[in-house]
Amino acid sequence: MTFQSLVDNLVNDTLQVSLPLYWPEMVLCATIVLLLLARLIKGFSRVDPFLYAIVGTIAALALSAPTDGFATLDQLQRTELFTGMLVYDGVTVYLRLVLLLFAVLMVVLTKLTGLADRIEGQDFYVLLLGATLGMCIMASANHLMTIFLGVEMASVPSYVLVGILRGRRRASEAALKYAIFGAGAAGVMLYGISLLAGLLGTAHLPTLGLQLAQLDLPGMIAEGQELGTLAALVLAGLMVGVGLAFKLSAVPFHFWCPDAFEGGTAEVAGFLSVASKAAALALLVRVTLAVCAPQASPLPQTAMLSEDPTATVVTTPERSSEIPLDTPLAPVRTYVALFIGIVAAVTCTFGNLAAFGQTNIKRMLAYSTIAHAGYMMMPIAAVALLAGSSPEGAEQAVASLLIYLGVYLFMNLAAFAIIAFLRNAIGSEEIEDYGGLISSAPVVTACMVVVMASLLGIPPLAGFLGKFAAFAVLAQAGTPLTLTLLVIAGLNTVVSLVYYWRVVQTMCLRPEPATRGPLTLGLTPVVYVVLVTLPLFLLFLFPAPLTNLARDAATQLFP
Amino acid sequence: MNLHSPATYLSLLTFLPAAAAVVVCFLPKDQDEFVKKWTLGATVVAFLLSLGMLVGWPGIAFQIGEPGMQHVFSVDWIPSFQVHYMMGIDGISLPLVVLTTLISMLAMGASWPITKHVKAYCMLFLLLETGMIGVFLALDFFLFYVFWEVMLLPMYFLIGVWGGPRREYAAIKFFLFTLFGSVLMLIALLMLYYSSDLRPLDAGLLAEVGISQTDIEAIQAADTPQHTFNLLALQELGQTTDQFKNRLAGKTYEWWAFLLLFVGFVIKVPSVPLHTWLPDAHVEAPTPISMILAGILLKMGGYGLLRIAYPICPEAAYDLAMFVCTLGVVSMVYGAFAALAQTDFKRLVAYSSISHMGYVVLGLGVWSATAGTDYNPDYWKMGMNGALFQMIAHGISSAGMFFMVGLLYDRVHHRDLNQFGGIFGKMPLSSGLAIGIFFAGLGLPGLCGFIGEFFVVLATWKFSIPLAVVSAAVVILTAGYILWTLQRVYLGADYTGPHAEALTPITKRELSIAAPLLALALLFGVYPRALLDTMEPSVSQTVERLAEWKERDDQAKETRQDSGKTTRQARRLTNHHQQQLTTPSP
Repeated sequence: MTFQSLVDNLVNDTLQVSLPLYWPEMVLCATIVLLLLARLIKGFSRVDPFLYAIVGTIAALALSAPTDGFATLDQLQRTELFTGMLVYDGVTVYLRLVLLLFAVLMVVLTKLTGLADRIEGQDFYVLLLGATLGMCIMASANHLMTIFLGVEMASVPSYVLVGILRGRRRASEAALKYAIFGAGAAGVMLYGISLLAGLLGTAHLPTLGLQLAQLDLPGMIAEGQELGTLAALVLAGLMVGVGLAFKLSAVPFHFWCPDAFEGGTAEVAGFLSVASKAAALALLVRVTLAVCAPQASPLPQTAMLSEDPTATVVTTPERSSEIPLDTPLAPVRTYVALFIGIVAAVTCTFGNLAAFGQTNIKRMLAYSTIAHAGYMMMPIAAVALLAGSSPEGAEQAVASLLIYLGVYLFMNLAAFAIIAFLRNAIGSEEIEDYGGLISSAPVVTACMVVVMASLLGIPPLAGFLGKFAAFAVLAQAGTPLTLTLLVIAGLNTVVSLVYYWRVVQTMCLRPEPATRGPLTLGLTPVVYVVLVTLPLFLLFLFPAPLTNLARDAATQLFP
Repeated sequence: MNLHSPATYLSLLTFLPAAAAVVVCFLPKDQDEFVKKWTLGATVVAFLLSLGMLVGWPGIAFQIGEPGMQHVFSVDWIPSFQVHYMMGIDGISLPLVVLTTLISMLAMGASWPITKHVKAYCMLFLLLETGMIGVFLALDFFLFYVFWEVMLLPMYFLIGVWGGPRREYAAIKFFLFTLFGSVLMLIALLMLYYSSDLRPLDAGLLAEVGISQTDIEAIQAADTPQHTFNLLALQELGQTTDQFKNRLAGKTYEWWAFLLLFVGFVIKVPSVPLHTWLPDAHVEAPTPISMILAGILLKMGGYGLLRIAYPICPEAAYDLAMFVCTLGVVSMVYGAFAALAQTDFKRLVAYSSISHMGYVVLGLGVWSATAGTDYNPDYWKMGMNGALFQMIAHGISSAGMFFMVGLLYDRVHHRDLNQFGGIFGKMPLSSGLAIGIFFAGLGLPGLCGFIGEFFVVLATWKFSIPLAVVSAAVVILTAGYILWTLQRVYLGADYTGPHAEALTPITKRELSIAAPLLALALLFGVYPRALLDTMEPSVSQTVERLAEWKERDDQAKETRQDSGKTTRQARRLTNHHQQQLTTPSP
């Protein structure tokens, strides 16, 4: 193959295949550049940055609809973009929709709460959209390098976002803590990535799985050979896990989360708790699928084209299809499932127990976010277990995670929106100061009750749908590990009642604190809160659109 | 809107209160009286709708004497989990639905003294009614669970906002206990769902359990297991197939599911030792809500056992029969002794509820149809019918008792038994009604409480003589605390407690709530067939099916033992057996 044909292929691949499927991210990039340049040009700088941001995010959201429409989403073929760096499939489509819808709602919210005003707005929106861009990359990562790139692109703007309010010591402290923690985790993760790539000779995720399958791990374990390799693999897995756990705020890498939430503004906390979690979970799914159920790449030339020198050892699809993938990966699946399962159980339990003692509502919701990350990791443990034996089951497990994420978006967005509006109105984020709000702000309080009940997961609210879907997967897998997880998750639900309900109790049953002045909430905040709370009812009463979309998105994961 | 189709009629019955609640939301704030009247109107219409089935509304008339499910309809709801919006009525659910709408109506009538946040109160009250009616009508496990949980939020606020001094504690305790129970139920629900497979059932049977023709074709053509939440189908699978017999930690799935369901339901009943939420909730709740709690909510536990736990998990239910019955008797004895020790009038009534609901658990559990009795289910039928009768009777008498306590409390603002006395002289009519209702609770022959208790004790004799003796002896304790209470409150020389001037005669409104309850107590006591004719066929069919299952199961075990001699023979027989098991009985 001549150099010329190589270049031609690359150009073709980029222009014909990759870029058309990459429009949403490109629109985000354009919006960011525009926002940055608008300041320098006189005419542009008079326009409210909100306009750029909202137009850009809505355009990106519209473009992230699948190219052939939603009806054929279940037939959407897996396509690798940019020579295998990213992947475009149903999960990418679904998560991009979730992330960008969230970005749109977030842009509106920050405008309404006044966090992004005319002067600061540009900085804020640039950072917000930059982080969203990174999260989109995380959601579609198909290569260890893009994983790292995505995590960093999502994290760095987040550090700044946490500390965006200048002159507040708590905010700066939180941002610094978050940044240091993030840097540490990134370093460890990078080490893990280099170990994996070095051991397996590739950084391309599907190929990585195939290489792993060829190692004959069961034989090595049985005969006790090459213990060094095994240990290095386990270590590499753990280290990549550290990076992911940091983004997921899984125990024991959750320490940044409560501080960042408390120190940052409520809007930023909401962004971190939804978008950042969604992207991190997507990443976990990608990695889990890659090592537990590797897919042969449908475009053999992309793998060969890869600029990554290690990719020359790529196995061609014909060869890989002959290898029975079931047995050699069994130890990997058990390892991944056990690892994720234990971390999920600990995260969920710890989050719920730690939320008990919190007096600051953002801190409490930070622990609630940690607990929810635990619930959402449980289906992924089931994915790892089911990947070999029952692809349909694994698909359903991924679909249930996607349903959970779709619901979770509205729950947490509504919760943090209410907190932000109430902060503007009463100037406090302590749960105690919410006393008696039912009489002075009945609509918002009713919405808060709905959100808390939904986070708790009781019908007739959408939170139950997500929880039910996640629990159902655990029951379906039916192994001792998943059934144990099911019981732990169930008991955790009961425990979580106490702290969610303390908010409701304070708002509805307690008298107003004497120190609080009169409360004024405009009409727009109330309308916004009602609009983001309403889906919690609607998604439960008419769940078919969401569940079908999630199911279709996961259908082609195991062709 | 076609009111002659079951789907419309039953949905209307269920969601009419909720729709009325939405209207309340938009009513003006200062029109408390009108809001109350509107709410009362909605509950009256719901009551009339539920009666419509009894008096034979065209298309939805309830056929008395027909044991099976009637007017079943099913609509797709969540296709990914095969969840259907499915409802129907039979002799077990209809009396409970009518009881629900009746008690709700009377409780709304008893809500007139409520003056705080009337609009919110009425909305929550109506939402609660929707949840309660839905639980008794739902035939899809998921739907049942949803309605079960829908009641939680309104109930929490009704206790927490309008309750007594310790209302916050009582409300969260109620919520916590119920949520714990329902999480256990959720786990059992998922276990059963993923073990179920509709394919072994033949087309006729699938049609009988309310599955549509297109779905049946899809089920029969499928090559993967077809899970279901359909309660009727799950009952059939539990009784005729081996699907729930996978083993987990030494026990079958069925056994675990039964245990989880049993604990979940028994919290609601409630049985000792999971009863501690009840005295708090009942005492702190306002009078109308206590009426609903005691009159309807407690019945849901019994209904769940009868509709779900027993028919779906017969083997486990049989294994644990002694445990269940003992728990029932312990609750009876404990509740009665605890009631004797109370000085708070309302708390006493609350403990009497625990004691009386023990009869329900005992009556459900007396599994007398065994090899020893030649699989004769007659005694067990008596027990189950007695349990259901007791549920209705207790619904009437306990609601009445709480109302009579509330009536006094509204006047004198205390409930201390030691400060009462001589009420009869000041309020003769209300005292007469109260004594009648308390006698109904006591189980005096001629009043409704007697029939259920008598049936249950009679059935227990055949199951275990010691338990029967103890449960019969509880009647003495019951008589003890009720008579002693009547003596302390209504008899005596003169009322010397606080607010003596407030002891005004019973008003018309109060009379129109207490009188119907006493009238019903009398009617069912003198002519129990008014109720038994409706419910007996369905209850007896449930029992007969379980007895048949036991006979089949015993035969299966016998053949398994006999055929253990040669493996070839064994294999042939087990095959034969499985064929038998998978071909459902008509």
